[in-house]
Amino acid sequence: MTTTTFRTDQEFFLDPQRCIGCHACEMACAECETNGQTPMIHVDYVDRFLDTQTSVQICMHCEDPVCAKVCPAVAIEKDEFGIVHSAKTDRCIACSNCVNACPFGVPKKIEPMDLMVKCNMCYDRTSAGKKPMCATVCPSGALTYGTREEMAGRRPGSTPVNTFKFGNQTVKTKVNIMMPKGATDLVVDAEL
Amino acid sequence: MATLPIPAEDIIARFGPSLNFPNPEGIVGRDEPDEVVKTHCCFCGMQCGIKLLVKNNRIVGFEPWEEFPFNEGRLCPKGVQRYLQNDHPDRLLDPIIRVGGKGFEKLGWDAAMERVVSEIQRIQHAHGNDAFAMLSGVSLTNEKCYLAGKFARIALKTKNLDYNGRLCMVSAGAGNKKAFGLDRGSNNYSDLAHAEVVMLCGTNVSETFPTLTHWIWQARDNGGKLIVVDPRLTPIARTADLHLPIRPGRDSALYGAILHQLIKRDWLDHEFIANHTTDFEKAQEAVATYDLDWAERTTGIPKEKILRAAEMWGPAKTSFLLHARGIEHHSKGVENVLACINLVLATGRIGKPYCGYATITGQGNGQGGREHGHKCDQLPGNRDIENPEHRKYISGVWGIDEKDMPGKGLTAYEIMESIHRGEIKGLLSICFNPLVSLPNNNMIREALEKLEFYVAIDFFLNETARHADIILPGSLHEEEDGTVTTAEGRVVRIRKAVSPPGNARSDTSILLELADRLGAKKFFTYDSSEEIFNELRVATKGGTADYFGISYQKIEDNMGVFWPCPSDDHPGTPRLWEDRKFKTPDGRAHFHGIAYRDPGELTDDEFPVILTTGRVVSQYLSGTQTRRIGKLVNQYPEPLLEIHPALAAKFGIKDRELVRVSTRRGSVEFPAQIVETIREDTVFVPYHWPGKKSVNQLTSGHLDPVSKIPEFKVCACKLEPLGRTAPGSEETKAWASA
Repeated sequence: MTTTTFRTDQEFFLDPQRCIGCHACEMACAECETNGQTPMIHVDYVDRFLDTQTSVQICMHCEDPVCAKVCPAVAIEKDEFGIVHSAKTDRCIACSNCVNACPFGVPKKIEPMDLMVKCNMCYDRTSAGKKPMCATVCPSGALTYGTREEMAGRRPGSTPVNTFKFGNQTVKTKVNIMMPKGATDLVVDAEL
Repeated sequence: MATLPIPAEDIIARFGPSLNFPNPEGIVGRDEPDEVVKTHCCFCGMQCGIKLLVKNNRIVGFEPWEEFPFNEGRLCPKGVQRYLQNDHPDRLLDPIIRVGGKGFEKLGWDAAMERVVSEIQRIQHAHGNDAFAMLSGVSLTNEKCYLAGKFARIALKTKNLDYNGRLCMVSAGAGNKKAFGLDRGSNNYSDLAHAEVVMLCGTNVSETFPTLTHWIWQARDNGGKLIVVDPRLTPIARTADLHLPIRPGRDSALYGAILHQLIKRDWLDHEFIANHTTDFEKAQEAVATYDLDWAERTTGIPKEKILRAAEMWGPAKTSFLLHARGIEHHSKGVENVLACINLVLATGRIGKPYCGYATITGQGNGQGGREHGHKCDQLPGNRDIENPEHRKYISGVWGIDEKDMPGKGLTAYEIMESIHRGEIKGLLSICFNPLVSLPNNNMIREALEKLEFYVAIDFFLNETARHADIILPGSLHEEEDGTVTTAEGRVVRIRKAVSPPGNARSDTSILLELADRLGAKKFFTYDSSEEIFNELRVATKGGTADYFGISYQKIEDNMGVFWPCPSDDHPGTPRLWEDRKFKTPDGRAHFHGIAYRDPGELTDDEFPVILTTGRVVSQYLSGTQTRRIGKLVNQYPEPLLEIHPALAAKFGIKDRELVRVSTRRGSVEFPAQIVETIREDTVFVPYHWPGKKSVNQLTSGHLDPVSKIPEFKVCACKLEPLGRTAPGSEETKAWASA
């Protein structure tokens, strides 16, 4: 890595229940020059017939990223700060292994470009000591970027969790999800 | 005649709305902007701080302004995309004149001004000064609102000036003046942080004021409970501790019933009531019979929920009550507001930390714009145009004889009715699109067609301005310096980032030249917006909305100053009423006896369903700007009829089926969106769209007797499924509907 002022004390906190479905994050993400007006973050209704609940999904930046493991072209790399980067354009062969493998459904294949793209946690911003764009603009606190201490002070009723259980598999991530106080992991039941 | 010169479709083809999308290849100059300008969003009353990136006199993007204390960088999608209104293909670059059969043709400024002035003079000579009216709006800065008020009274010499705030927060303003003697939210939003209970009354915060959501969550993170009163399960209501799905038009019944419970359980602040209020007995008497059974029957809310709301609100030590258009857009909007204020006063929770009350002002300068004299009954500083002392003071500031100051004029909807009757013959409009935003807009169209002369100042050719004889190309928010006053009462600086393109000019310079040509030059000699502001400061001195101690520099130094700020050394007033000295004549806060009465239109056998209207997060008001921004349009491209599955089943309506919705005023076809998030007796349609897709063809012209706000939030309709699936939005192009 070249010179960077990436702040290792700051983390990403995701709280989907606060999402108001406004799409400010998507639109702000798309503004990034490297994204070519394609958002790397996705907001969707869970079931609009029943509810106004929306959910927001960003790259969780896994500690042991399966997207990188299944990449036959070694196009996806995790850096020293734990950021899992988008596929390198000169290596990606658009095989969609990563798209199929990601437990969170994050990477997308951009058909016209024949290239996988995903969130790199606004590396241009975070490496310069700024917050990612989506977490800066999010009006409801569904997306927050800051230190663990700041979050503990602001949200005494919630706990950041970064362990996900998919059946027998455990995935640890750089991005935290806010859970009720005392929670230690999020069990995603494959039976459902 | 102000009929359309050519069919609307042909006007749309030339002037839009067309959709502006960012170039996916990148935007030239964004990497190396000439300037980064700290200003505010051009849309709602939150007035979020934002930094605009400027290159070659164009806005090429934005950066969050994280240091601004209200929003700390947060934005909604409208804020993120607002830069795309700049450098827009629909922008008016020259004055244009209506040519029957041909459309609109370019005209030089001199010829346009000459025509405007000669028509104003002709109409006023033939029919009297008041036969020429002016309509203004509160997306304008304080300086322009003040200027519009002075221009109408001195240059146009008309009493008939009103503004689009008449469709916004006048019920709240009137209620606040009655109760407190002053019209401003009593607290800034930092008082939400430790409120034990927050009650949102008729305000879809998460879609209409998204950045306020953060402050409400702060209260909840600190243990506060949230009550939301809304006929729909809005995104903020979804997460609430208690959602009261009220039947539209029954608001004062609910708040009366809660007051009844507070009295019954003695959840009252007797010391506050005795020492700082009047007329508690009248409020008590009015709700004496409002027990839970009556309340359930009237409001349609289960009585357990009403009781629970009283139990949450009553004994709390701190609280914050916020309301917006949901209770204000009614023929009893003022009564609804006063019924809410009664709950605040009964518990004495005001004027203390984390004890708050406020209306959430809707428009960008909805607060400041309703203080500085472009309402029909008002002079700067929130003074009364019928009060001899107030008239005398402002006449002195302006250097006119008090006898020449016009009196109280007609309100916005009444101006359109007067045009329809043939009394008002001429109109100047700025920053107002009544053909989309006023109710019963088939009447509005007929009225526009009867005008002898209509001149509009605007940056885009909005739907109403298509009926104009002359359109003068004015300025965007980012093209003039000024100030606005946020919903919190914080006066902030709007900074000029770019100059108007082509031959477009600043709104201020247009009004100043018109004043000059109308023979009033000596009253309008300003070289800058700051000079206008400095006169405004003097004009507001001693008024309830006192800005005298606020300067551009002071705003700069403090990132905003809260009025009242009566002197240079005064720090401003973020929280009102800490001294318990209310601005009423007797210095006390006033309770009001609020007896429930029905809305202006009830359902019956012919029109059995309640229709209510509102907004979506990606559009703003009449859509003049947001229906031209591609991604905002795509997010919610057409108005949908939200309907509960039980009601849909009753009428045999299927999802996405086209449904004809009819009221006593008209019929419109909308695609059905069947959702469980709305009451079974009510349908909802958002109002941002024009022409055939405008739900305001259906809404009623019932007005509040005090505030004259129209009753947008409730009328009676019937539903007819048309047996076919609605075409897609790409086919209907609702955003540009004729």
